Order: sequence, then C-alpha cells, then structure tokens
Amino acid sequence: MKGRRAAALLVVAGWSGTVGGSACGGPPAPGGSLTVVSWGGSYERAVTEAYIRPFAEAHEVAVGIESYNGGLAQVRSQVEVGRVHWDVVDLEAFDALRGCEEGLLEPIPPDFLPPGPDGTPASEDFAEGAISECGVGNVFYSTIYAYNDRLIQGEKPATIEDFFDLERFPGRRGMRRSPLVNLEFALMADGVARDEVYAVLDTPEGRDRAFRKLGTIREQVVWWEAGAQPPQMLADGEVVMSTAYNGRIFNAQALESQPFVIVWDGQLLDFGQKAIVAGTPNLENALEFVRFATSAESTARVSGYIAYGPVRASGLPLVSTHVETGVDMLPHLPTAPENERLSLRMDTAWWTDHLDEMNERFSAWLARSP
Amino acid sequence: MRRRLRKPALALPLVAFVLVSFIAPILLMLARGVHQPVVRDALPETLAILDAWDGLGVPEEAAFAAAAEELRAADEARLAARIGGRVNRVRSGLRTVIVAGARTGADGAGAGSARERLLAADPAWGDPATWRALRTAGERFTLRNYLNALDLDRGADGAVVRQPEERRVYVPLLLRTLGVSAAVTVLCLLLGYPVAHVIARAPARRARWLLLAVLVPFWTSLLVRTTAWIVLLQQRGVINDLLVWLGLVDDAARLTLVYNMTGTLIAMTHVLLPFMVLPIYSVMQGIPPRFMRAAESLGATPAQAFRRVYWPLTLPGVGAGALLVFILAIGYYITPALVGGSGGQLFSNMIAFHMETSLNWGLAAALGGILLAVVGALYVLYERTVGGENLRLG
Repeated sequence: MKGRRAAALLVVAGWSGTVGGSACGGPPAPGGSLTVVSWGGSYERAVTEAYIRPFAEAHEVAVGIESYNGGLAQVRSQVEVGRVHWDVVDLEAFDALRGCEEGLLEPIPPDFLPPGPDGTPASEDFAEGAISECGVGNVFYSTIYAYNDRLIQGEKPATIEDFFDLERFPGRRGMRRSPLVNLEFALMADGVARDEVYAVLDTPEGRDRAFRKLGTIREQVVWWEAGAQPPQMLADGEVVMSTAYNGRIFNAQALESQPFVIVWDGQLLDFGQKAIVAGTPNLENALEFVRFATSAESTARVSGYIAYGPVRASGLPLVSTHVETGVDMLPHLPTAPENERLSLRMDTAWWTDHLDEMNERFSAWLARSP
Repeated sequence: MRRRLRKPALALPLVAFVLVSFIAPILLMLARGVHQPVVRDALPETLAILDAWDGLGVPEEAAFAAAAEELRAADEARLAARIGGRVNRVRSGLRTVIVAGARTGADGAGAGSARERLLAADPAWGDPATWRALRTAGERFTLRNYLNALDLDRGADGAVVRQPEERRVYVPLLLRTLGVSAAVTVLCLLLGYPVAHVIARAPARRARWLLLAVLVPFWTSLLVRTTAWIVLLQQRGVINDLLVWLGLVDDAARLTLVYNMTGTLIAMTHVLLPFMVLPIYSVMQGIPPRFMRAAESLGATPAQAFRRVYWPLTLPGVGAGALLVFILAIGYYITPALVGGSGGQLFSNMIAFHMETSLNWGLAAALGGILLAVVGALYVLYERTVGGENLRLG
C-alpha cells in the first residue's frame, strides 16, 4: 500500500516542464518535494528504477523527473534569475567543475557521503577524481566504437587503429559532432601511447596531428549528436561502425538482439556526476538524495538496467545481472578489469581549458569540408 | 481630440506586450555583445595599472600585487572561475592560470612577494601575453565579440587582423547559410507556385482538401518531419530501396541523399514549403480568371498571357513568400543539424552552440546581431527593388 502511494508521488514531467516537477494536485508529500534532472532515454529509465523510485518511497518525497541534453545554460539562467526549480542535476564532469567554480552549484562536503558497505570511508571508496567540490560521481560510462557484424565480412576490426583504416575496413563511420573524444581517438590511432595522449594534445603540433588524422576519414564520417543515433545508424546500415556510448550499444545487443560488437580498445572512460543547483529551496532533500543515489548499493543497482559501472570500488562486487534479460553485467561494464585495461580516462581539466578553442577549430574544420 | 486618441489606445496593450517581451529582450541580448563588465568590476585596480602599461615587457610589481589581492577576493566571491573563463576566451589555456593565481593569493600571504607567489602558481604569469589577455578581457565596452564573429581579432599591437585560417568559421558559415537559404527559396518557389495555382483554380470543395494537404505537414512537429526524411532518404531507406528494386541504381552504389547538402535542401524545402504556398495562393485567389481569358481573346498565347498578365499580378504573393522562406531559412538550425552531415552546420547552429554549450553569450549576441543586420539589410534591399507595397503576407 505504501509503495503504491509513493509511486503515485513520482511525477514524470516532460522536458519542457518549466512548471517544475513538484507533484501538482493531491496532498503534499510528507517529506516535501524534489526535482531531479537526468539525461532522458534508457539512462533515465535505469536511474528511476535504481534509486529515484526507492528514494521517493523510503523518504516519502514527491520526486519530479525532468530530462535535458546537458550543458549549464539552464542551471545558469535559473541561478541568475533566482528562481531555482531544478534541485539535483546529472552533469558531465567538466560541467560540474565549471559550474562549481562559477558558483552555480552547492558544495557537497565529502564526509557527508556514505561509507562503503565494508566501512571504507567515501574519500577512499570513490574512484580518483570522482568527487569534486560540488560534484559526486555515480557512474562510469565510456565512449567506445562498435561495428555491425552483419555488415563487415571476413576480418573484423579489433583496435582503435582499425576505425581509421579505410582500406581494410571500407564503409562509412559514425562519430559524435564534437572534438571531445574524437581527438583522443585520432591520436591513439596515429600511434600515440594511451598515457601520452593528453601530453601530445597539449602541444600545437599534437593538435594539428589529431586533426590531420581525423581528416583522413572525414569523407566517410556521418556525424551524430544524440546518444540514441549511433545504434540506429548501425542497425539501418547507414554506417558500418560508429563511436557510441557503451550502454546504448549494450541495450541494442541485449534488448533488440542487434549483431553489434563493441571494440574496447582505446575506450574513453568518463564519469557522470550528481550536483545540486545553488540556492535550491529543497537543499536538505537534495543532499539526502545525493547521499542515497551515490551509495554503493544504488550505483550497483544502476548496472542492472544499463551497462554503466559504479564509480565506487565497493560497488563493483555488488553488480549482478541485467534485470530484464538476466545477462551477467560485469563483462559489459567499461570498468570490468579486462575492459578497463584498454581504457583512457578523460582529462577533465584539459578539456575545461581547451574546449572552447577546440570547438571553434572543429567547427571551422567541418565548415571547410566538402 | 479624445476620440482620435481612443483608437490607438486600443493597441496599447499589444504595443506594451511587444516592447516588454520582444524588443526589450532583444536589446538586452544585443547589449551583452558589447558590454562585459564582469572582469572590470572584479579587478578594478589591476586593470587601472594595466591600462597604463605599454603591453610589451612583464608589468611592474604593483600589477602582481593588485592582481594577487583582487583575485583572492574574487575567489572568495566565487568569481575567479568566471574571470578565468572570460580571459580564456581571449587566449586559450589561461583559465587554469587565473584560477591557480586566485587560489595561491588565498593561502600564500606573507610567503614571498606577490610576483613570486603568482609565478609559483603558474609560470604563465611571467608571460606578457597573459597580462595582455587579462587587459583585453577587462574592457568594459568591447567590439571583440563582433570582431570574432567576423573572423577578426586584435593583434598584440591592437591592430585588427584576420584570425588564423584554422579558426575562420563564421564568415564562411554565413555565406553558406545565405547560399542554402537562397537555394531553398528558389526550390520552394518552383514547387510551390504550381501547387498554389492548382489550389486557387480548384472548385471550393477540392481546394479545401488540397489546402489541408499543404497544412497537415505544417501542423506536424518539426522533429517528426525531419526524422521521417531521414528514414526515407538514408542509404538503406525507402527511396534507395525502391530505386534498387526498380533496377535504376546498383545495390553497391546506393545514392547518398542524406547527411549532406542534398538532405539539407530536401528537408528544408519541405518544411518551409507552406510558407511559400499560402501567400501565393491568397494572392492568386484574388485574380479573376477572366483576366487570362481576356488576354487570350486579345491574341496572347498562354505563355504570353502568363508572363505579361498572370505572373506580374502574383508578384506580391511571390515576394512575400520568398521573403518569409528566405528569412526563416537563415535562422534554421534543427533540420540542418539532423540531416546536414558535416556540411550541414548553418549560422544559427553556432548561435545555439554559444548560448547552450560554451555559454559565451557575448559572442552569441554578436552573431545574432550580425544575423539581424543581414535580415534587415535584405528587407531594405527588397523594399528598394520590389517595393514594400508589393508585399502581401496573406
């Protein structure tokens, strides 16, 4: 009975929901309200099941869910105008860093976060860099490239070099319309060792080199913007291989039985963070929610719905099977030991400094293309 | 007297509404393009010293002391990163330098001179270019956004120079946007004119159905229509499948119809077609069919009658439709972003990008100002050549 009531409190507002997601109509929830903002699609479904619904039930809080496409623009306008109606937001790590420095986000004291189930304090349990002043990491996700097995006969691609090899693997490729990740992939494919990628990228010659390498396949690239596009393009045969978020490819494999194969070599690992919008009227609930959502159990439960890994060391052993299909999830996570071995961690600090410049250059480079 | 005032007074609510919700935001936004007080307000003393500096060597000790002190205060007010972001736009890579400087100022009181502390925080503080960037970012009123929006910049000596080639993006993009808009306008005219004629000449009942056929896509969500075009046009899409099945195209050489300029032109033409058909239709409806019959009875061939009688009479509709389509096309960005591929970025995509992602609202305002100026110039040009009285919007 109680579960049913709490579920009814869970209001799902559409993404244009400027009205705010608080439960309109009906009696107010005893625990107050909270608006949580996430990425939409399969990721939002996963976090709703994994910890938003359990939190709403346990604390009797009316939780409204909104989705957005990333970036700080909306947070910034809410804070500047002084009408904050988003409370907790899923952010990319470098946006959490920027937002914190600009005073758009509330600082979250690290000792406030729950220790692991074995008592390890949060500061040691979280992956390095996953906790910043205002952001608390919750999932590792990764940009990989995947190919459609049905479209590539004979030899199959296995390394990041193969993605850039048009001779051995002809056909169009999908890539995100952004310099992020692509520059790293280009350098790794050009023979730069993983641990030297950002050192090379930090030099003008290195950046020229990355753009030159991208230029070798530009004619064959289809650019995507939303994470849902690459699986679609692969399924349609529009491209033979594409960079993509690993969770989206896993969903296509597991739920739609698509013949996609992930190449983990050179995967670019990054984490999503939770942050609290500065000046929220629901600060107490927001902090409690962040605490709940970043516990080892909650982060591990996310992996039961989508192939993103917990950022807490104590979360990894708790990962079990995919809720819908019963597939063992660990081998599909970017942080599974045999996958992590092949990974590069995104350098958030480097991108914070260079994103504007690289975006400009990338746009200019695209605009000059035929 | 009172009576004369009463009529305009009825329009006052609308005028006030337009002023508050339309004109004022546009002016405020445009002001952001030239007015950037954040850095100047936070670092007044540092910038006063830098204003007197020749910009060549490393500035004097007083500049370091003022910068260390004011950055520390800015850090406490959580402004340091914003200042860093502004300076970073002038010279990439300086964001962390500024933030590091602000943090050292905070704990390093007494540990060496301000110069030593800042240099220890980051050696880039010893580079005159860092200070020049700080000075540039500190201009309260600046034309830098407009210069950047035209692919120009100021050199070390203050002279206006072109950006290095790999950063020239906005002017080529503006030209491409104008080209695409012109092409879409012509395509819409070629497709829409006959359609409007058929509807205008059809019996009332059939005309209603035909109009509905034009309007239904108009009422459908833009995203749905654009995505539908992707399904139709992609390499394994409906059209290619049909062509292969008919044997017109080889299976290995399917046509590339989407994620390139072709896709942008097809989808944008379709989306904007109603804006061409409707004004032309409304004008054509007002042309009595007897005019054409009269022309023919006086000996004109159908082609002559069209050219000398019908076409000139429809010009106000054509002008209105073309102007509408062209101006809407210039501002388009969702459709080109989805179906355009690498060549698909248009000018408005960059405005959206700077508004939402890079948060460089100053540059976005400057780009918007340029777009507004282009549209205004086009309208004036249209007035001069075709004449404003020749415009019928419905």
